[in-house]
Amino acid sequence: MISLIPLFPLIGFLINGTWYALGQSRPGARKASAGLTGGIATLAIFASFLVSLQLFLQLHGMPEDGRVIEQMMFSWMKVGDFNLQMGFRLDSLNTLFTLVITGVGTLIHLYSVGYMGHDETPGKFFSYLNLFCFAMLMLVLGSSLPILFLGWEGVGLCSYLLIGYWYADTEKASAGKKAFIANRVGDLGFLLGMFLIYTTFGTLDFAQLKEVVMAGGHGALPHGVALGTITTICVLLFVGCTGKSAQIPLFVWLPDAMAGPTPVSALIHAATMVTSGIYMVTRLNFLYSLSPDALGLVAGIGAATALFAATIALVQTDIKKVLAYSTVSQLGYMFLGCGVGAYTAGVFHVITHAFFKALLFLGAGSVIHGMHEEQNILKMGGLRSRMPRTFLVFAIGWLAICGIPPFSGFFSKDEILWTAFSSPHGSTVLWAVGAVTAVMTAFYMTRLFSLTFLGQPRFQEAHGHDDHHGHGHGHGHGIHVHESPWIMVAPLGVLAVLSAAGGFMGVPHLSWLEHWLEPVVGAHHGIAEGVSPSLEWVLMGVSVVGAVVGITFALKLYSNLKNAEKLAQSGSGLHKLLVNKWYVDELYEAIFVKPIHALSKGLWKGFDVAVIDRFVVGFGRISQATGQAVRTIQTGSIQVYAFVLGLGLVATVGYLIYGLAR
Amino acid sequence: MMQVEPWLVLSFAATIFFIGLTGVFIRRNILVLLMCIELMLNAVNLTFVVFSRQLDSLAGQMSVFFIMTVAAAEAAVGLGLVIALFRTLRTVDTDQIQLLKE
Repeated sequence: MISLIPLFPLIGFLINGTWYALGQSRPGARKASAGLTGGIATLAIFASFLVSLQLFLQLHGMPEDGRVIEQMMFSWMKVGDFNLQMGFRLDSLNTLFTLVITGVGTLIHLYSVGYMGHDETPGKFFSYLNLFCFAMLMLVLGSSLPILFLGWEGVGLCSYLLIGYWYADTEKASAGKKAFIANRVGDLGFLLGMFLIYTTFGTLDFAQLKEVVMAGGHGALPHGVALGTITTICVLLFVGCTGKSAQIPLFVWLPDAMAGPTPVSALIHAATMVTSGIYMVTRLNFLYSLSPDALGLVAGIGAATALFAATIALVQTDIKKVLAYSTVSQLGYMFLGCGVGAYTAGVFHVITHAFFKALLFLGAGSVIHGMHEEQNILKMGGLRSRMPRTFLVFAIGWLAICGIPPFSGFFSKDEILWTAFSSPHGSTVLWAVGAVTAVMTAFYMTRLFSLTFLGQPRFQEAHGHDDHHGHGHGHGHGIHVHESPWIMVAPLGVLAVLSAAGGFMGVPHLSWLEHWLEPVVGAHHGIAEGVSPSLEWVLMGVSVVGAVVGITFALKLYSNLKNAEKLAQSGSGLHKLLVNKWYVDELYEAIFVKPIHALSKGLWKGFDVAVIDRFVVGFGRISQATGQAVRTIQTGSIQVYAFVLGLGLVATVGYLIYGLAR
Repeated sequence: MMQVEPWLVLSFAATIFFIGLTGVFIRRNILVLLMCIELMLNAVNLTFVVFSRQLDSLAGQMSVFFIMTVAAAEAAVGLGLVIALFRTLRTVDTDQIQLLKE
């Protein structure tokens, strides 16, 4: 039954992929409609959602400590003692992930039918999208690390394919390559971590691993395993997370990944794939909890990334770039939660973030669609009256990410902040970084919202009222802004409802989620000594006030763009630094890319051309010279040949006679 | 009846054979080459006859008949080839006919 969940998207991929490869991609073939190809893909992922829902209900009906459904299918690899089972295991943690992936995935597929309506190759797009869902579901359902890794690589591949979907544009194609390479760097760490787990514990299966690790009792090291080994494993695996989940230092690919179509950004680069790092850390929480150093690293990197990305998001002008940096920042939050041992809070934020960030991205997509591919927020404004439905849902997403109660972001963000402060692994510094980030988040999201929807339009509007949804490029100068069709707005509506209400699954002290995840992540760690529980309400108040301050300040500042420019002028050095994203790309260019280029060039000129080529050419020359020398005896005169033959005959006979005579 | 010593005849045959062989190696005219080959064949015939007589066996004489037949056929074919060659290349000099080299 579990295998049906990834099977449906796989079937969808095969149908659309074969059809595209054999039919639509041939020259002169009729273009397939987005409705049909997208319909197939949406049905596939929706079927998968229904199965996930059914299994979730089945789990829900089971006794609390036995909530596991397992399906082992076949032996994938068998080498000596190593027997890798291809199998899926569903428990209370990944059932939530399957619901989010297939649920949000269905909405985004549906949205894509509208968004990709004018695309040339919708068949290809939807087959990739289905393939991605398949890989992502493998990732979360896999019963052991290698299967997780299979999905891990699969989503990386699909991400590459979809970022470079419009590959004719060199910039977009290289954004895809950048994402792939950054991910590969992380994957190396992941692989090493996996190998180390196998040599240390002798198993890669999650359930067996947990058994082995927990054998020494709760919080005790397993017999014969040094703490250093466990820390190394955790850190190596976390390197994989920094690649996939875009943390410092490998986050650079995610903002560039916005080159892909907007639904892709929503599905892959906000709601699902980038959260796989959090999934893995949570899945292996029993390992991480043993190593305070590794946890400290996770929390530290998470907090640093959250703050760092938020500062960049403050000044970006591309609507998708702002959201991308915001995603990086929110992922940092999730790792902060995991790093202080509050895995539930991390997962909670994954879920609410999937709702509101998908909503924001799809809303941004709707804006871009309506503005005819304009992505610069400085050239928008006043869309409130022109796209009222998008405005409404975007406003909900905005309030959710800012952390205004009772929207979902408030609950999850606050839980992370509170645990960052109160957990035995937490500290005031971590909390402060998180809180400052929260204020910044409120600021830049309000800036985005205000510049896009409020105020007066800063673009030239086309006049005349034609109400059809065609593209307005033919109207001469000026843009004819239009609201998106229902097939795009309807998924936005559903996501808006989820963003607004999704937080109630984790209301503090009454948290359904915490109880639900208990079998996987263990009971709540409690709070450190000397922290008064009543502080929770104070901190909650502080973060809400911070968010409100951030919002008010941004609203006031960006009601008049001149004020904002003046402010940017006054801090021009800092402003420039932020606009250029702290020069991280340039730094990496100088530290890694340039030396590798130089090394490659050196090897090319110094080794390939100078040594290998010389060998190869030398062998050619030797053959030529030998040939030249030997050809002189080939005279073409039969008589000479006959003479040599005769000589040979005489020599042979002479030798035989001599030999026999002896 | 006067008896001819066999070694005398054999030496004579050997001499003729080597005259033929040398001719094949050094002469350049195809017609002369053909004649030299005939010389070698007939020298061999002579030795066959000598040994046939010495050993009281008719097998040697049989071989001589076969060789003479084959030699006649070979001469006919060889001369035909020489004529064909001369018609195409306008020469019978082997130095001029080195098509194998290219």
